[in-house]
Amino acid sequence: MPELTPSQTVGPYLRLGLDWGPAGPAVVPEGTPGAVRITGILYDGEGTPITDGLVETWQADPEGRFPHPEGGGSDFRGFGRSCTDDEGRWEVRTLLPGALPGEAPHLDVSVFARGLLDRVVTRVYLPDHPANATDPVLALVPAERRGTLVAERVGEAEYRFDIRLQGEAETVFLDV
Amino acid sequence: MTSAPRQRESRYVRPRDTHPPLDSPEYRSTGLRHPTRAPIVVPQRLTEVTGPLLTGPIGPSDHDLTRQHAGEPQGQRIIVTGRVLDSDGRPVPDTLVEVWQANAAGRYAHRSDDWAAPLDPNFSGGGRVLTNALGEYSFTTIKPGAYPWGNHPNAWRPAHIHFSLFGRAFTQRLITQMYFPADPLFAFDPIYNSAPEGARERMVSTFDMEATQPAWALAYRWDIVLRGRDQTPFEEPHA
Repeated sequence: MPELTPSQTVGPYLRLGLDWGPAGPAVVPEGTPGAVRITGILYDGEGTPITDGLVETWQADPEGRFPHPEGGGSDFRGFGRSCTDDEGRWEVRTLLPGALPGEAPHLDVSVFARGLLDRVVTRVYLPDHPANATDPVLALVPAERRGTLVAERVGEAEYRFDIRLQGEAETVFLDV
Repeated sequence: MTSAPRQRESRYVRPRDTHPPLDSPEYRSTGLRHPTRAPIVVPQRLTEVTGPLLTGPIGPSDHDLTRQHAGEPQGQRIIVTGRVLDSDGRPVPDTLVEVWQANAAGRYAHRSDDWAAPLDPNFSGGGRVLTNALGEYSFTTIKPGAYPWGNHPNAWRPAHIHFSLFGRAFTQRLITQMYFPADPLFAFDPIYNSAPEGARERMVSTFDMEATQPAWALAYRWDIVLRGRDQTPFEEPHA
């Protein structure tokens, strides 16, 4: 059987191959009813914003379906990609995901950067959602760290989700 | 839709002795960027066993990095070809492969790369292709040069091409680098050597005489292997 290819860092010049321009963060087109902005800063262990990172999101549509044969099918793109900017900020414009059987609504997140030799994975959960209390992944996370996986609602249609690779308030990362 | 049997079939094997440790002190930039707490092992559910099946956007010259400008870039023209497989040996068809690289002099067409090697007005260094039904990909480019970097005194990166792969599930996502055979810089490169011994060699392409084009281009072959499906029965951690 063929053996797995190792991961390597995305390096500092990732925009040459991975920058899709405005199409990257546009999980849904501008003006889509119900669209929200999810945005945040990617920080290193000293609290310095990471300006050469890449954040990608993957999620179900509002009905809990994925554009994938094993996910029920959907016209929704489901995928967002954001190169962090000069302030370390990432963002996607999307629709809020629906709940999945046995799971609270969430987005899976991949983070890549110079200095990260493999991607790290986390999840964005929605604040105050009743299903968070019984979500099987949140249940595996020590209560005092769970907050790092929950976005903050900062506007009518805007959520904030900072990612801290290291340090006191280090984001919870998941081995999927 | 989420019955247990189907989730069982869809579980992806967890890599072992393959990926570099995130804390790799020889590569200095990992210092402030590696999480210090172990990741929490979670079951693979719908979000993880599905993933974006992107088919674009792909432009007409995205598969040929030597034809993206009015003139030809400087350097040795090469074809890079291979297959995207999973670790069960199954080809991964119709999957997006994105690449980027330095020019023949080892300079990236990026505002942050300011070392004293010439830019090439005919080379941007970014490309993308889809694999075919057999999981095969191919693109034309020029052989990238080695370049110095600030990691340690007289540090040089071996020539490489960056690759980004999706596969068909979130669990399969991979970003890596392809190297060229017998590069004398391997011994000195902390990024190449961050991958475990016995695994790092999988990132090295082979020269492929059969894939060369007479009087046109040399060729290198590189297969990329993504996580396959776990064949062994496995209980959910919380079950």
